[in-house]
Amino acid sequence: MDAIFLQILNGLDKGGAYALIALGLTLVFGTLGVVNFAHGALFMLGAFCAVTLQKILTISQKVRDESITFFEAYKEQPYLEIWFGDFGTKIIDWSVPISILLAIPIMLLIGLAMERGLIRHFYKRPHADQILVTFGLAIVLQEIIRSFFGANPIPTPAPDIVAGSAQIGVLLGLGESVVYPWWRIIYLLFSGLVIFLVFAFLQFTTFGMVVRAGMHDRETVGLLGIDVEHKFTIVFGIGAVVAGLAGVMYAPILPPDYHMGMDFLVLSFVVVVVGGMGSLGGAVAAGFLLGLLQSFASMNEIKAILPGIDQIIIYLVAVVIILVRPRGLMGRKGVMED
Amino acid sequence: MSMPSLRNDWVVMAIFAAAVLTAPIWLSPVGAGYPDLLQKFAIFGLFAIGFNILFGLTGYLSFGHAVFLGVGSYTAVWSFKLLTMNVLPAIALSILVAGIFAVVIGYLSLRRSGIYFSILTLAFAQMSYNLAYSVLTPITNGETGLQLTMQDARIFDEPTTSGLPSTELFGMSMSGYSGFYFCAVLLIIGFFISLRIFRSPFGLKLLAIKSNQTRMRYTGFNTKPYLLAAFIISGMYAGLAGSLMAVTDPLAGAERMQWTASGEVVLMTILGGVGTLIGPLLGAGIIKYFENIFSALNPGELHQIFSWLPDWLENIVVAISSEFVGDGWHMTLGLSFMLVVIFLPGGVIEGVGRAYTKIRTLLKSDEANESDESVLEPEPVLSAEKE
Repeated sequence: MDAIFLQILNGLDKGGAYALIALGLTLVFGTLGVVNFAHGALFMLGAFCAVTLQKILTISQKVRDESITFFEAYKEQPYLEIWFGDFGTKIIDWSVPISILLAIPIMLLIGLAMERGLIRHFYKRPHADQILVTFGLAIVLQEIIRSFFGANPIPTPAPDIVAGSAQIGVLLGLGESVVYPWWRIIYLLFSGLVIFLVFAFLQFTTFGMVVRAGMHDRETVGLLGIDVEHKFTIVFGIGAVVAGLAGVMYAPILPPDYHMGMDFLVLSFVVVVVGGMGSLGGAVAAGFLLGLLQSFASMNEIKAILPGIDQIIIYLVAVVIILVRPRGLMGRKGVMED
Repeated sequence: MSMPSLRNDWVVMAIFAAAVLTAPIWLSPVGAGYPDLLQKFAIFGLFAIGFNILFGLTGYLSFGHAVFLGVGSYTAVWSFKLLTMNVLPAIALSILVAGIFAVVIGYLSLRRSGIYFSILTLAFAQMSYNLAYSVLTPITNGETGLQLTMQDARIFDEPTTSGLPSTELFGMSMSGYSGFYFCAVLLIIGFFISLRIFRSPFGLKLLAIKSNQTRMRYTGFNTKPYLLAAFIISGMYAGLAGSLMAVTDPLAGAERMQWTASGEVVLMTILGGVGTLIGPLLGAGIIKYFENIFSALNPGELHQIFSWLPDWLENIVVAISSEFVGDGWHMTLGLSFMLVVIFLPGGVIEGVGRAYTKIRTLLKSDEANESDESVLEPEPVLSAEKE
């Protein structure tokens, strides 16, 4: 029972990441009709926003280490600590949550620049060309990151206060053995919040209404005198921000390295396809569903029956869904059914 | 566009064969005239030619083609381990097994088209890759990679006593130039088959599927068998390429199946010119050649190359260009690939074609200026139209 509960948490947690990335991806596809293979790179850039902020905050000065007296020893002390004392240490400790504030404008700018500079020229070209050019872009972005940050994963710890594990077993009356890392719980809540915000934005604002209308019938909205293209550019920016936020918050879970985007890209495409191309609800549902499936498939009891199932479950589901129900779980009828 | 005659094809083949067989000579001035690199050209050329039969003719973009490459390599190494070090059975078995894989994957994937097809092939490739790393370790030897050992059965060979045996063709060792010429002969055969497919009614049907599949169906063609045949053929090419990799170096690892490896063959095909005969081969050659050169460069050598510049400028140029060589080679690759997709969707072949017409028009306008402008000879115009 405890194990199953933990697996559910694990699955929801993984699913949160999948859902966030897939949400941005399907938002872009649903509005602009562009298959963006560089979306994983945006996720990676988000994670590196956290890394960058951490590096900036810990720019250090060499100071004499007073605790060692028998020879002249120096240690590095971040300027923030020198200037603000304990408050500075706190800021450094909280660098990951703070970098959310940094990531939002940066990812928005990157998204807008990408759409204006490159993607817009590919609206009329076939999907294959879109895949290819964004694939090239993804390679370039990840190589830029590598030349700045090197090839090794960079540990980016969460704030100390949430570094440990939560005694959720005691909280829910399941016994003391059930513990779960705080940060993963936060990630789950955070992804829920972002998903809620995106949906609320699309559902309750005029801008969102126009975007939804544009997803349904772009031409008519254009004929009503609304500059759809301009609106869709901003949607691309939002998609980039969502991917970036997913990346920022993921940094403490998986130390970011330059190719983490590629690893997630394939998965998130599978999620989008399972949910139904262009369906936002589908992407979220499929994200959590696949996360749960994957975490259950990696239980030892199931691996004993079907060896290797944990490695392929997601792809297996995707294959079955595409073959049996090509419009995905919640895709609209007629959209990309062939 | 009229169908070129069979005799033209023989001329093309003769020129091609001559060019491939003399490659060690005419590629040596640019520093590519040694067998290791030439072999790579031939192997990846075969891989790209095969991929082009699927993508170039039918327009179906497979993002999981490396799985056949990997399967081919594993089969070849197993053949070396169990049967004999002779390369012929290894190659035949690899093509066969890759073909069987292609039947299964192709039959399922081809039920969908467009992006769904790409994702399906990608999903199959990722499944094979993940399985090769985990539960299939007894067959694939997991992360270490499959390699020859002294304990291998090799039922048709004499037991070896001194060291690991090397691959051979009836006693001829497959290292150095003999290895290259073996690959070269296979490349020529592969190119010939691809040429015949391009010229055949089968090839034309594939092209018709690319331009308008719905219309093909309405005129009464069942397109599925043709697509499947193209998929299997291109999978077999990949299997052949994979087995040749094992011939040159009897070792097979799962990373050959990773989707980035599938991406690489897509890059080669696009860069050279998708849908053209020679383009994919050209793309494979260009990428492997520059990979070889660029990834070996380091800042010290760059300083030597740019030493003719003034010092301050030299430092700037070296600082910028060193981002693109050595480990940064992938950046060069990604950038040039983007530029090709954006500006030259037809690849290098299209670029050459455009440059050619530009030069022709330039020359012609020069001629027209030189001669009296009132006299226009009809003959050159006619011949220009023919091209």
